[in-house]
Amino acid sequence: MKNEWFTISVYSENNVGLLNRISGIFLKRHINIESLNVSKSEIDHVSKFTIVVNTTEKWVHNIVGQIEKQIEVIKAFYHTDDETIYQESALFKIASNLLFDERQIQNIIKESNSQIVTVSREFFVLAKSGRRFEIDEMYEQLKPFGIMQFVRSGRISVSKDEMQISSLLREFQHN
Amino acid sequence: METLKEKKTVQEQQKSVKISGAEAIIHCLLAEGVDLIYGYPGGAIMPVYDELYKFQDKLTHILTRHEQGATHAAQGYARVSGRVGVAIATSGPGATNLVTGLADAQIDSTPLVCITGQVPRHLLGSDAFQETDIIGISTPVTKWNYQVTKASEIPEIMAKAFYIAKSGRPGPVLVDITKNAQFDELDFSYTKCTGVRSYKPAPKPDAEALKQAADLINNAKKPLIVWGQGVILGKAEEELKALVEKAGIPAAWTIMGASALDTDHPLNVGMVGMHGNYGPNILTNECDVLIAIGMRFDDRVTGRLEDYAKQAKVIHFEIDPAEVNKNVHADVAVLGNSKETLSLILSLINPNTHKEWLQLFAEKYQIEYDTVIKNDIHPTKEGLTMGEVIEEINLASDQKAVIVTDVGQHQMIGCRYAKFKQSKSNITSGGLGTMGFALPAAIGAKMGAMDREVVAIIGDGGYQMTIQELGVIFQHNVPVKIVVLNNDHLGMVRQWQELFFDRRYASTVMTNPDFVKIAEGYHIEAKRVTERKDLKSTVQEMMASKNPYFLEVKVEKEDNVFPMIPSGAAVSEIRLK
Repeated sequence: MKNEWFTISVYSENNVGLLNRISGIFLKRHINIESLNVSKSEIDHVSKFTIVVNTTEKWVHNIVGQIEKQIEVIKAFYHTDDETIYQESALFKIASNLLFDERQIQNIIKESNSQIVTVSREFFVLAKSGRRFEIDEMYEQLKPFGIMQFVRSGRISVSKDEMQISSLLREFQHN
Repeated sequence: METLKEKKTVQEQQKSVKISGAEAIIHCLLAEGVDLIYGYPGGAIMPVYDELYKFQDKLTHILTRHEQGATHAAQGYARVSGRVGVAIATSGPGATNLVTGLADAQIDSTPLVCITGQVPRHLLGSDAFQETDIIGISTPVTKWNYQVTKASEIPEIMAKAFYIAKSGRPGPVLVDITKNAQFDELDFSYTKCTGVRSYKPAPKPDAEALKQAADLINNAKKPLIVWGQGVILGKAEEELKALVEKAGIPAAWTIMGASALDTDHPLNVGMVGMHGNYGPNILTNECDVLIAIGMRFDDRVTGRLEDYAKQAKVIHFEIDPAEVNKNVHADVAVLGNSKETLSLILSLINPNTHKEWLQLFAEKYQIEYDTVIKNDIHPTKEGLTMGEVIEEINLASDQKAVIVTDVGQHQMIGCRYAKFKQSKSNITSGGLGTMGFALPAAIGAKMGAMDREVVAIIGDGGYQMTIQELGVIFQHNVPVKIVVLNNDHLGMVRQWQELFFDRRYASTVMTNPDFVKIAEGYHIEAKRVTERKDLKSTVQEMMASKNPYFLEVKVEKEDNVFPMIPSGAAVSEIRLK
């Protein structure tokens, strides 16, 4: 079985220690987490973990089973890239003088569809959302001019198919 | 021993009263029907011990000599009684000493609630005296854990802890309680937990899956059942027996499933796995339908997975969805509690007898008997064998004793040859393989089944890992029978060194103390047997004793356990010598 990229979505209670419990499941199997994002979900008081891993389907199936088994996890799913809409976000901090001295930077901003978040006397900040390769491309273009700071978020994604989490919650409550 | 307090039903307290967190913990335990706990005091848990002092007429606390002993005793108690075992310890080293027992209970699905003291809330993260992150440490080895920092959280969390520990696939739960939460007051009222919104203890059986499973079973020519502890945990012994008898299917067991069906039942064909019986192992690779019930296809059961039952359709009866397709692909998965699923499938099953197929098991047994079993239990050589000791215990106990084993050669021999007439009679560390398990577990098992004889069978290595628990046996006069099968070696490791490491016996020879004198130091009656002529009478004397009894049997130093599926080999490659 070959390695693939999988996005694991975990709906859970918002409790101290759950992140540790979930990350331990990967640690125990010596599987690296490529990206991790935790946020609120579409349901009040329910958190959503979005975890990206590169592994085989057999392992991702096993991992999702173990995650779902945790008491405070409501439901976990896994999807391939084709089955999801996904993005990452990045921030670039760049010296302000470059904005005026280097014409090419203005072209990069326009062509990459990125936004200027703030401009100060010393620096300005560019925000870019998109696929990993788009952010990487922009990074390579800006690199020759000097990037003061760079950060990229974990993947966030929604599935094309319904995840049926609300009906599950209702079922839990009635049981 | 002290008479265990009668189980008192504590009425759920409807109206609330103001009490300390420490007292609340005691009331929670009483409300859950707990009358016996194991533990060890220390600074951060002292408020709870102060309350235990006040409530000693309702709640017995057994002071083990090490916190690990407390968890294993609680495990032995839980495994034999089907109730939740409770252990309690202080922060720091008290808490870390619980970890082996938690890991053991986690992998063997044993319901435990462990309570640890913790430094006060305001000192968390300051590296205070005896502070350790037991939540972080215990997370991978608990079904659930929680740190209580406010007294008001105690009733709800304790109720949740018991519910989670015993429901669904059982397991250990750890509740860490800061010292301020023990001292502070709360308005106490207790309601038992009946559900947690994100937790589904047992899936509902699916009618379609049951029908598919029944079709496979009804059309099978060579079906084989392999059951595990799920049958015992699900209290499905009667249902298993009914299925086996109605469908006429040979049934084998994993080490954790032992005793769920009488050893002498004609359709009980023995143990599977590395040192299991020849027939069920070989014939796993000849059956046409493999019916796995409440077992998890551990590597010690399956051998090389690529060659495990590839010819068979596999039906997996299982409560934990994460176990399905984890190691072995299931053609049909019947999810749910084993009692429920087995009773549902029974009406769909056609009566059958598989005479020719069963005959194969009888033939394989005869081969195993002639080459292995006969020499193990009726040896003609001079040295004593572990097998003949087990056989004498079977005879002297009329197969009614609870057998508690440790880990190693004696465990395999014990599980192979001990005979059972009653469920919950084989207590061992199956998944984790924890040396040092048996002595404290036997203490717990005896306290959980006072009307039964409990015999701990231990090797000379494992015995010395928790030997200090003799202090509990002495102090509380716990009438367990302790049999040390002494070969002056770490026998199983030595066996592997002999077979797979060209006899390089690295650190497996033990120079042992005088075990009889040690037992006598604890005022426990003790005997040593070195010759066959004394064995029967001494075992009989031990079983007749109403008191704790220690028996050391000097067995052959370099005996090996066979049959054996070498590590990495297929079940059909099982060796008889």
